Amino acid sequence: MKRERIRGWIIGVLAILASVIVFLVPFAFIFLTAAKSGPEAADFQFSLPTTWQLWDNIKEVLTVRQFVVLRAFINSTQLTIFSVGIMVVLSAMIGYVLQRRRSRLNPLVNFLILAGLIIPPAVVPTIWVLQEIGLFKQMVGMILVNVAFGIPFCVLLFRAFVSSIPRELDEAAVVDGASPLRLFFSVILPLLKPVVITVIVVQAVAVFNDFTGPLYFLPGNENVTVQLTLYNFQGQMLSQWHLLFTNILLITIPPLVMYIFFNRQIVAGMTSGAVKG
Amino acid sequence: MVSTISAPAATGSTRQREPKRKRHSPYPLWFYIPGGIIFIVLFAIPTFASFYFSLTRWTLFDTEFIGLENFKTFLSEPALRGSLINTFIYGFLTSAAKVVLGLLLGLLLTSQIVARGYLRSVVFFPVLVSTIGIGITFKILMDPFDGMINNFLATFGITGPAWLTDPSLALYSIALVDVWKGVGIATLIYIAGLVGIPQEYYEAARVDGASKLQNFWHITIPLVMPATATVILLSLIGGLRSFELIWAMTGGGPGFSSDVVSSMIYKQYQAGFYGLSTAGNVILFLIVAVIVVPINIILGRRERRQQQ
Repeated sequence: MKRERIRGWIIGVLAILASVIVFLVPFAFIFLTAAKSGPEAADFQFSLPTTWQLWDNIKEVLTVRQFVVLRAFINSTQLTIFSVGIMVVLSAMIGYVLQRRRSRLNPLVNFLILAGLIIPPAVVPTIWVLQEIGLFKQMVGMILVNVAFGIPFCVLLFRAFVSSIPRELDEAAVVDGASPLRLFFSVILPLLKPVVITVIVVQAVAVFNDFTGPLYFLPGNENVTVQLTLYNFQGQMLSQWHLLFTNILLITIPPLVMYIFFNRQIVAGMTSGAVKG
Repeated sequence: MVSTISAPAATGSTRQREPKRKRHSPYPLWFYIPGGIIFIVLFAIPTFASFYFSLTRWTLFDTEFIGLENFKTFLSEPALRGSLINTFIYGFLTSAAKVVLGLLLGLLLTSQIVARGYLRSVVFFPVLVSTIGIGITFKILMDPFDGMINNFLATFGITGPAWLTDPSLALYSIALVDVWKGVGIATLIYIAGLVGIPQEYYEAARVDGASKLQNFWHITIPLVMPATATVILLSLIGGLRSFELIWAMTGGGPGFSSDVVSSMIYKQYQAGFYGLSTAGNVILFLIVAVIVVPINIILGRRERRQQQ
């Protein structure tokens, strides 16, 4: 037993060392480069900055080119909130009825969910549809696309969770005269809170980090999102590596905050959805 | 006149009411409609339309039916065919690496070691970080001359390779970063799988005098199979359609050496060859479906057997 504990210590320490080199150093590099001056950052060295100017860099990156990064943050926040909000409500409705009611539609719905999880979205035809309904290059269009692509995964999580809520509850509410809408919104939805949080967190990170979607469906400077500013910076500011890395640092903060506060929900969502998928 | 109209209306309403009471479920089917419409308009319809558009020469202005011409181009033009091969290499390589590393990390992180919680968090965190941000960072770290990785190797007297500028290496370097970023999910799934293995098996094996290696091969590997299937499934779905990391790190270069089907879809789209781009999409769809659906069926069958 004692020998085992010593071994646990040794392996643990080795693993910590390895994890620092493999996983933490790249993030430290982002942080340190973001705190350097322009010329110093361009050396790409893993070193402490001679003068810390992280705050100045943040201010500069937010104001550069008519506040493009700041606007991008506002756009991305907007996109994330609306996409995830709509996704959660609509998927919860589908997952709930799908689990509760045996109907002839269910095999079709299950098939569409599976298809949505597996099939890579057809990009140009999606642009074509968006153009036909007048939503191409519009924030609304991008939000709806995110909803469409996100629904299958969310429905899976909701369906699994609804099965753990006893049907007697529904019956009691119906006996009390609750309408289907009331039953869902005031009885079921509050009980779904744990899985709602999971879905919100997982999808918020996914939408916020999404680059391909806005690249195709939301081009143009007006609605630029944070991931696109990052990509554009790469081309347009070749000499300003400190700003590029400050931008990367800023973009990493929201997921990090999410992870610190919702660690358990994220892990639950990633693994439970995965096992069912 | 009035009576003849109102009479059928009355019987109609009673006829409706009868089955309505039976059908009056507290779980209305219209709950499917709002989400369903969005999904069908923006996912299902484009997917169906892609089969038609992939058979056309499609520009901004019009479409012209050209049969399988686009698919022929995809299979005959070296850059496009290369992207097809690269997609397979990338998908299978990252998937295999995630299975092996995920299992090893899962075993490590379920064993009795110190700082388990910290290690789990650190391994998982890259999953949540922007792919583009990771890609740009590693592009710098993998710089052949000033990059940190080669500087680090140089302190041991090793001359590091030209990770991203060597055409024969670029795709593998990106795959390496993909594994670095994605192994956290595989590890988590394996941890869940490993924790679920009943300890009785190991105790019985110990009574029978089984070695650690035998335990691993005959108990752990078979019982962790569902987790393995899930990891394979997820990383194949992700790996075969991978775009962002490749686009951020090399943009498909040098030349076309690290292009995959998804990056070709984007390049053809940018160039205005919408039909060819959509054909790429259909090809990607077929690749993913042909590989993933059988695995999914096997996985589903096993799961059902377990439930029985």
